[in-house]
Amino acid sequence: MAGPAPEDREKPTGRRNSQGIRIDPQAEAEAKPRRTVISALVDHKPGVLAKVSGLFARRQFNIESLTVGPTVDETMARMTIVVEEPEPGIEQAKRQLRKQVHTWSVREVEGAIERELALIKVDGHDPSGVAALAEMHGGQAVRADDEVVTVELTGTEEEIDAAIAAFEQFGVHEVARTGTAALASGTRSTA
Amino acid sequence: MSKSQPTNESEASADTDELSEEASDEQTANKTKGAQSVVTALEKAEVEITFGVQGGAIMPVYDALADSDIHHVSMAHEQGASHAADAYGIVSGKPGVTITTSGPGATNLVTGIADANLDSDPIVSLTGQVPQDMVGNDAFQETNTMGITSPITKANIFATSPDTVGDDVGTALALAAEGRQGPTLVDLPKNVTTSETDVEPSEPTVPEAYQVPPDEADPHSVEAAAEALAAADRPLILSGGGVIKSEASEQLREFAIEYGIPVVTTMPGLGSFPEDNALALEMGGMHGTGYANMALSHCDVLLGIGTRFDDRLTGGIETFAPEAEVIHVDIDPAEISKNIHADYPLIGDAGAVIEQLHGAMPGEPDAEAWRDRTMEWKATYPMGYETPQDEAVKPQFVVEAMNEAAADDAIVTTGVGQHQMWAAQYWTYTEPRTWVSSNGLGTMGYGAPAAVGAKLAAPDTQVIAFEGDGSFLMTSQAIAPAVRENLDITVAILNNSYVGMIRQWQDAFYDERRYESDWDWGPDFATLAEAYGAQGLRAMGYDEVPDVIEEAFAYDGPSVIDFHVDPVADVYPMVPSGGNNAEFALEADHL
Repeated sequence: MAGPAPEDREKPTGRRNSQGIRIDPQAEAEAKPRRTVISALVDHKPGVLAKVSGLFARRQFNIESLTVGPTVDETMARMTIVVEEPEPGIEQAKRQLRKQVHTWSVREVEGAIERELALIKVDGHDPSGVAALAEMHGGQAVRADDEVVTVELTGTEEEIDAAIAAFEQFGVHEVARTGTAALASGTRSTA
Repeated sequence: MSKSQPTNESEASADTDELSEEASDEQTANKTKGAQSVVTALEKAEVEITFGVQGGAIMPVYDALADSDIHHVSMAHEQGASHAADAYGIVSGKPGVTITTSGPGATNLVTGIADANLDSDPIVSLTGQVPQDMVGNDAFQETNTMGITSPITKANIFATSPDTVGDDVGTALALAAEGRQGPTLVDLPKNVTTSETDVEPSEPTVPEAYQVPPDEADPHSVEAAAEALAAADRPLILSGGGVIKSEASEQLREFAIEYGIPVVTTMPGLGSFPEDNALALEMGGMHGTGYANMALSHCDVLLGIGTRFDDRLTGGIETFAPEAEVIHVDIDPAEISKNIHADYPLIGDAGAVIEQLHGAMPGEPDAEAWRDRTMEWKATYPMGYETPQDEAVKPQFVVEAMNEAAADDAIVTTGVGQHQMWAAQYWTYTEPRTWVSSNGLGTMGYGAPAAVGAKLAAPDTQVIAFEGDGSFLMTSQAIAPAVRENLDITVAILNNSYVGMIRQWQDAFYDERRYESDWDWGPDFATLAEAYGAQGLRAMGYDEVPDVIEEAFAYDGPSVIDFHVDPVADVYPMVPSGGNNAEFALEADHL
């Protein structure tokens, strides 16, 4: 085929970053990941969670947690999704969620009240010490068996992380965490 | 009796018979079956043609179809049904409908559904399913169709009641066509279609939660975009498949011509702008023209309309339109800034937004020098090939000869491979809905069944399918229903005895190790066509090409021409996967 070879052609001088953003020489850096809480109101129907989780998995979004449960309107469920992504990814996640047929609304919750429930099974050689530590972290020992004490805690993801780290002094056997549930503060609606 | 035996169907219907006996006599007069509701919903949506294959779990729907005016086309394979429905959707603009059974009937559709999903084509798949009390028990011909198709459908619905199944079908039809088009599916358990109902389906509507996209974009954003475009020195329009889907080709032409802005099309956008216009730079991307890729690489404002900036178009993201501010028009907000950041996001219907832009343009961009440059590029990087008469026929020559002999508005369908690229490059597309191809999924075997769907959508228009030998072998059984329906289509096989694109890549990137790409074991396609009852023709040299084309076009019914072409002809220009569009190769040495 006729025409000059690639090295003999006029060359454009610009460039984009890997996120498709045209590079401004003043701001070369790519967007860094940030953690955010996305709340979505969806139809409370079978298959909706599978569709949403499948969507996130397929697009390789980095989900920290995804919780779902009914709302005051029994036909709706609220999904709380914590993601850590660079800005274009967060925007894309919200848009992909929004376009699902069973999604009523999607919002990124800023300044959210966030809570997570954790059950922590701690070694039981010092039950009173475990109970005391649980109280210090705003939780309680809910059951003492032969060799373990089970503690229930609610708090933010960071608070739960800190509590689990503290319980390590006794020995942690097992942990079950629910992932974050969140609501916007005050009278602002969440999604 | 094992629970997984199909004879349980009779038990399910026996249950419903008992229920119906309890109904009062006057109600019985209005009673109908769920299957009838399915057909009524199709009729209400003015569906005229359906494609499919009969099977156990879908038999009630077929039985109800027997009393309908809907023309059902039985295909030889469900994959062909989904491709035919897909092509029907592309050509007619209305959703193509498939009706197939459970299990393999549904899984065989999957390739076609995935194909429609990547090309945003409107198709509705109605799949049979085992009765609800057997779902999840690994019953005979059961698969989790909802689970399998969830990632590749816009929406899928599991029908649960004969009272609502008609509305489920209506919803699927409405959703497939609304906003960004795409595939939808309704899974129909046999007990739902065999049970009685007295509920008449409503008009097709989308679900309440579904956000119907706005037609018009935010006026402030339109204004800002129009200003940027008018101020551009090197403006360029990238016209995608969305322009055709929104019937915006006419608006696009007027806009581009009035403001003197050159136009590159994506592959699905072929036909959205006439390629015989001086502003047309034709297709961009991996096998796009040199001039299209030079323009993409040097423009300073790029107006992308109805395109998702697929990687076959963009090449490497870092080098795509690297100097351009991007105005992105799309009906799907999730497409904005997904691959390429949009400096001016305009969410709305392509036609409506072009009108808005038209109204907001403060003036014509001062782009004469830029247009001159694009003309120089056309002269510098012409599309072309050599035709030594003592060598094998060049495949590009066949495409051009067919184009010359065919009607101006002829529809081209293609399989996938080198032949598809030559059909894209060497046919002159001037009208929307004349290019029917597997753009996003790259499904070999798409061309022949697509020709069936295209011809049924446009019976008075000439339909030509380009296929490769490897591609055609995958779905050649589509010739059987073409013969049965006496469809006047021409299948042109560019037969090089290779899976040619693989052979080309092996030559370029795998040290010429042609492992398993040499397909010299293919059948005699002309004889195969005759075995199906079609006209089979063969052309071995240049002098035979015009005659066989004439013979095929003159024949009233399906013809298959086996063109024996240069086995080692390659597709150029070429941008290697993820490469820089500006560095397109014109020959192997450039790679």
